[in-house]
Amino acid sequence: MTTQQNDRFFFNVDWITILIYVALCLIGFVNIYASIPRADSDIFSFGSNYGKQLIFIFTGLILGFSILLLDAKFFSVFSPIIYGVTMFLLLVVLVVGRNVGGNQAWIPLGSFRLQPSELAKFGTALLLARYVSSFNPKLTTLKPVLIAAAIIILPMCLIMLQPDAGSTLVFLSFMFPLYREGLPGYLLILFWGMVLLFILNLYLTPLVLISSILAIGALFIYYNKKKQQRMIMIGVITFAAIGYLFIAKVIFEKVLQPHQQTRIELILGLKTDPKGAGYNVNQSKIAIGSGQATGRGFLQGTQTKYGYVPEQSTDFIFSTIGEEWGFAGCFVVIALYLTMLLRVVNLAERQRSTFSRVYGYCVASIIFFHVFINIGMTIGIIPVIGIPLPFISYGGSSLWSFTVLLFIFLKLDSNRMGFI
Amino acid sequence: MNNLFNRKYIIQGVFILMGLILLGTLFYIQILSDKYFLSADRNVLRKIYTYPARGVIFDRNEKALAQNESVYDLMVIPNQVKDFDTAALCRIIGIDTTRFKRNFNRASAQSRYQPGLFEKQLSIETYAALSEQLSRFPGFFVQSRTIRNYPDSLAAHFLGYIKEVSPLDITNSEGYYRSGDYIGKSGVEKSYETLLRGKRGVVNMLYDAKNVPKGSYAEGRFDTAAVSGDQLISSLDLKLQKLGEQLMKNKIGSIVAIEPATGEVLAFVSSPSYDPNLMVGRQQGNNYMELLKDPNRVFNIRPIMGYYSPGSSFKPLDALLGLQDGVIDPNMTFNCPGYFKVGNHTVKCEHVDGNISLRRGLARSCNTYACYVFQKLITQRKYANQHIAYDEWQKKVRKFGLGGKLGIDLPSERDGRLYDAAYYSSKYSKYWGYSTVLSLAIGQGEMDATPLQMANIMAIIANQGYYIKPHLVKAIGKNHVIKKEYLVKNYVGVDQRHFGPVIDGMQDAVNASWGTARDSQIDGIIMCGKTGTVQNPRGKNHSVFIGFAPRDNPKIAIAVIVENAGYGSTYAAPIASYITETYLKGSLAKNKQAQAEWMKKQVILPDPPKPKVKPKAKLTDSIKDTTAIKAKPIQATK
Repeated sequence: MTTQQNDRFFFNVDWITILIYVALCLIGFVNIYASIPRADSDIFSFGSNYGKQLIFIFTGLILGFSILLLDAKFFSVFSPIIYGVTMFLLLVVLVVGRNVGGNQAWIPLGSFRLQPSELAKFGTALLLARYVSSFNPKLTTLKPVLIAAAIIILPMCLIMLQPDAGSTLVFLSFMFPLYREGLPGYLLILFWGMVLLFILNLYLTPLVLISSILAIGALFIYYNKKKQQRMIMIGVITFAAIGYLFIAKVIFEKVLQPHQQTRIELILGLKTDPKGAGYNVNQSKIAIGSGQATGRGFLQGTQTKYGYVPEQSTDFIFSTIGEEWGFAGCFVVIALYLTMLLRVVNLAERQRSTFSRVYGYCVASIIFFHVFINIGMTIGIIPVIGIPLPFISYGGSSLWSFTVLLFIFLKLDSNRMGFI
Repeated sequence: MNNLFNRKYIIQGVFILMGLILLGTLFYIQILSDKYFLSADRNVLRKIYTYPARGVIFDRNEKALAQNESVYDLMVIPNQVKDFDTAALCRIIGIDTTRFKRNFNRASAQSRYQPGLFEKQLSIETYAALSEQLSRFPGFFVQSRTIRNYPDSLAAHFLGYIKEVSPLDITNSEGYYRSGDYIGKSGVEKSYETLLRGKRGVVNMLYDAKNVPKGSYAEGRFDTAAVSGDQLISSLDLKLQKLGEQLMKNKIGSIVAIEPATGEVLAFVSSPSYDPNLMVGRQQGNNYMELLKDPNRVFNIRPIMGYYSPGSSFKPLDALLGLQDGVIDPNMTFNCPGYFKVGNHTVKCEHVDGNISLRRGLARSCNTYACYVFQKLITQRKYANQHIAYDEWQKKVRKFGLGGKLGIDLPSERDGRLYDAAYYSSKYSKYWGYSTVLSLAIGQGEMDATPLQMANIMAIIANQGYYIKPHLVKAIGKNHVIKKEYLVKNYVGVDQRHFGPVIDGMQDAVNASWGTARDSQIDGIIMCGKTGTVQNPRGKNHSVFIGFAPRDNPKIAIAVIVENAGYGSTYAAPIASYITETYLKGSLAKNKQAQAEWMKKQVILPDPPKPKVKPKAKLTDSIKDTTAIKAKPIQATK
């Protein structure tokens, strides 16, 4: 590499995204520091969680910049192998994994633990991008959709065996890139509609649900009364929806095991478990709510300081931000994320290579999914699904995998003029 | 492809929309609602209360009547309890395992994480034994608080008692009291509760999720220290009270002694009494139930709740009202043939004195004289009719504190009994007149007074025309604050010049050879007084004495009632004289000491009660058997 190439390389990297990335990492460090119950100790003590997080951030940065030094073609070429390795690791973890908190998700590696489900995210993203870019499939036809779905569903199944519902659900975010590449919108609407109906089916009585479906159907037919074809289609969908209700009910009651039913009911709040998930969310809401407009101030949050929110440095780190920095702090964090997401999407769109674009959308979607579900869960609008807040939550595996995920895209972007 | 490019905006739109949903929710829970802010405080903040010492109650010479003693409550935090030797703990604090389980379950039911009362009021000995081994019992700790202690075991009815608050008390106090607090339930402990209880202190402590204290909130800015209750200087004289209670031992009745010039109650004896220390401590409930079983009703505060016909003690009022209205003068005589007769109403006298004047009439307690005066008062020409005259009369009587509460600073005072004209008009239609209510002239019939009211009448006569509201607490707090109402002279509407002749009569009653109350004579002191004897169909008569001493510049007014003790002169009069002599001279003369000792040993208790409705006690004059008056309506004269 010549000096000239180096200059161009740094010039081409999107520093705005990196800046946001660093900001989020530092916000994470500050709040992890605040949320560790402690006697007054040195802020840079490496034995503690926040000390470790500092190491994770530095190593993450080194990891990120090493990726920038790799050849951009590497990811496209080796994507099937990377995918294969991550799937293999997902199998390995089922055999040798350490069981932490009911999930067999960790492979112990010396003093650190590796979480293959984190690696599987960018493994899947790479292969998906490779598939779309190499075969230019028509996602309006059945076969390519099935292949794309298979790439996504394989890791989902393996992760579900751990079982880790949260990480499994993250793979649904690959719908966004597929949609961008031509997957018909109605398929998405159909999918989410089915999920919604499945959930409503558990909340509402059949009578209420069926009559509301019929009412909505009738309303649509009324507004489309001039167009006979549409009227017929709406009628079919309406009755299909009602039929689906019964199938969903049968699946829920006969196919699912009782403990799975219980888990779903817990997540949906149909059953309460005040000492379990309900307690966490309640305490988290209290913490965030008590922050009010400007927060209680750094290290002043009583909920945080006195350990009322469990798992506060990992999945519930946002409650510390909410309590100590208030609405202002929350706004800044969410704004940083949104800026990063919109930025990545814009960067993806300026790529000449389909591979880079698809991968970019994958990155944005995965981060978006994590952010929305994690924050939504801490403020109680989404059931408790244990997934971390990107770049902020405590933990090396999480931080490194998001770093790798993001920096691969930044590398691809810096190389956007070249061909992959 | 152009079409697909637009999907970028849809995806970005979804991102923004979801971000706005998050921000909207955050805006609601952080800014619009303060529910979570308050919940956070509830999570971490615990108010730890410190209990002030209750105000000490002194006698008038500042000797303690009620003071405080430290006791130790054994507390438990259920979720911190680990396996331990329950038998050992039970042995140390002296309970059985059943009680242990009950206590523990009760504390657990309240809260598993917060301290709950396990066993209350351990003695200092138990505490000492326990504290050495407390580390063997994780989750248990000891919290000290003070309870009452009454060093001389005196004046139970005056002091009252304190007890754990009831749920009703908590509701009524609008949040002041908390479960486990103590509140005065009777006596001075109740009437001065707000002063005695002091101010509870509070420390706002921060607790973490594991219930470990983490220091005080806001550097203690909102903490307050406990403020001890105000001390009370009671008007009681410890020595007098003690003598009174000893004299009344094994007897039923009251002694009320008042300092006329101040209205301060010097002795307040209600017999039978009990040791106020019984109403303290862990056995309080059991002792209370035991005391309740006493057929002589130990908790009756007889000086302010007992109803007695005033009888002879009322006769001075007849004379005073007669003199004030000018219907008699001190030298006016009435002929006493041994009875007073009007129509077919007859009031008998014990004696036939012929022409009798005011002084001798009072000394001899002449019923005829009293009836003549009453007749003259009710038939005065200045009133349109006898009903109006009677109504005016009863209003004047009420000014002497009869027929209504005097407002002493104790709960449960009763009114006494005296009716207005409207009562008789509704009872007898319009067919009644002075002869119908003639018995009132001699303090009988439809008239009752409490011993306090009787003593107060003596204070009025001693003061020659006024009284200060009788009270038991003369000064409050370190600065000896005196309530303003205890400086007000309540004039009874009779001029001072009219009191001389009446006092002469009462002096003779005690000191003249023809007097009825000679048993209460004191060497070197001129006592004025009257005896009375209340008929009691169920047993012997009640013995009554009222009086004041010395004649000039009186220092003590007294009423003594001994139920079922016969003549006033046999028990009530001597008891009154011992009290008076002790107060005025500081001690009893030698010969009187022996008599007083004898008196202390006398047992005068009624037969066990028969399960029948008891007829109302009737009163006769000191001169034995006054015939009951048959009430028969006669037409009121115009």
